[in-house]
Amino acid sequence: MEKESCRKMLKMTGSNSGGRMKDKVIPLGSIGDFVKDGMTVMVGGFMGVGNPHKIIDELIRLNIRNLTIICNDTAFVDIGLGKLIVNKQAKKIIASHIGTNKETGNQMTSGETEVVLIPQGTLAEQIRAGGNGLGGVLTPVGLGTVVEEGKRKIEVNGKEYLLELPMRADVALLYGEIVDRKGNIQYYASAQNFSTVMATAADCVIVEAGKLVETGGIDPNHVDTPHIFVDHIIDGGV
Amino acid sequence: MDPKEFIARRVAKELKDGDVVNLGIGLPTMVANYIPDDIEITLQSENGFVGLGPAPEKGKEDKYIANAGGQPVTIKTGGAFFDSAASFGIIRGGHVDVTVLGSLQVAQNGDLANWMVPGKMVPGMGGAMDLVVGAKKVIIAMTHTARGEKKILKKCTLPLTAKGQVNMIVTEMGVMEVTPEGLLLKELAPDVTVDDVIAATEADLIIADHLK
Repeated sequence: MEKESCRKMLKMTGSNSGGRMKDKVIPLGSIGDFVKDGMTVMVGGFMGVGNPHKIIDELIRLNIRNLTIICNDTAFVDIGLGKLIVNKQAKKIIASHIGTNKETGNQMTSGETEVVLIPQGTLAEQIRAGGNGLGGVLTPVGLGTVVEEGKRKIEVNGKEYLLELPMRADVALLYGEIVDRKGNIQYYASAQNFSTVMATAADCVIVEAGKLVETGGIDPNHVDTPHIFVDHIIDGGV
Repeated sequence: MDPKEFIARRVAKELKDGDVVNLGIGLPTMVANYIPDDIEITLQSENGFVGLGPAPEKGKEDKYIANAGGQPVTIKTGGAFFDSAASFGIIRGGHVDVTVLGSLQVAQNGDLANWMVPGKMVPGMGGAMDLVVGAKKVIIAMTHTARGEKKILKKCTLPLTAKGQVNMIVTEMGVMEVTPEGLLLKELAPDVTVDDVIAATEADLIIADHLK
């Protein structure tokens, strides 16, 4: 999905875009206009901490399926993203760890869901590369293991590295503790994890705001993700 | 003493004042309980902070301050949060002095396998591959055998986490160091003999001259 079409949809949803500054706030109920069957979706969070819980619950209610989910982990069967996996909405999961959600393992074993496991630091860098105009990253992690299978090895200054390619998604779903109406995000504690890199690497970035504040409500010194990366905001505080 | 407590206490002695340390989930987490009072250690948590503190009192949990296993923890005064890219920059970039992990198998050349058992258990590598490649010192803290099966081997049979990255193995039977010459048995636990260790180990052991 092009960035443009992500914004066009904003108009279609009838957002009150009066004045020069478009209001990025959309109702939770419109999430289905942006996340559709078969899409590739990045979801921020680490063992559920930093998952956009309300968005996930709505995706479960809408039963949007055949998703390719890019995430650090599939949390727990009854928490956050884990519930969406239990509801069998993923056809493919790209993650570093699935061990805390037995349902992910079951679906992988039965062949229902394809699971690609990636070292955590590599996953972060692939996403960062995808959002930062890089052709890939060189990492020594995974050399001599199954991770290196099918990948190019490149020697730099006598040291061997694996070439890991950039990763992008149609949509990124994030959670921000404080979000202003312009889309600036301030994360809290260990909830930021993958959200900062994911915010750069999707055609459409939607953030669930723990607390939605007026533009200017976050000191510019404390903005973690600048508003230019964010397309839509869902007010999670209501 | 409980073997796990014995291992955790021994690993804690390897930590030096000022070290940045990442402890794996499970037995390695116990090491934090035995860090001597006279040294200052900074614990790194791969989900994105330094200054990891103990579990909070009941009722005082902050659901956004969790360790890499998703369990509530605290952050110490002077700690700092950051994102996953920075966290693994710290790890891969050699800014972690010591990482302590459990393992399913370790080989005498420092290879380790701790992330999957094909057909049985595939939890994923999480941050383990990055940690063992990036940390300056890799200590494996584990029981010497598992249900009678040897875990310290000539060569790992399970899919590797990394090649040649382990520096030290601490078990309830003793302490071994991976050296260019091979696996060196440096220390014995109380009431354990060299023959006991050899019998419980498939790897070739070099016995230290000044075995403690």
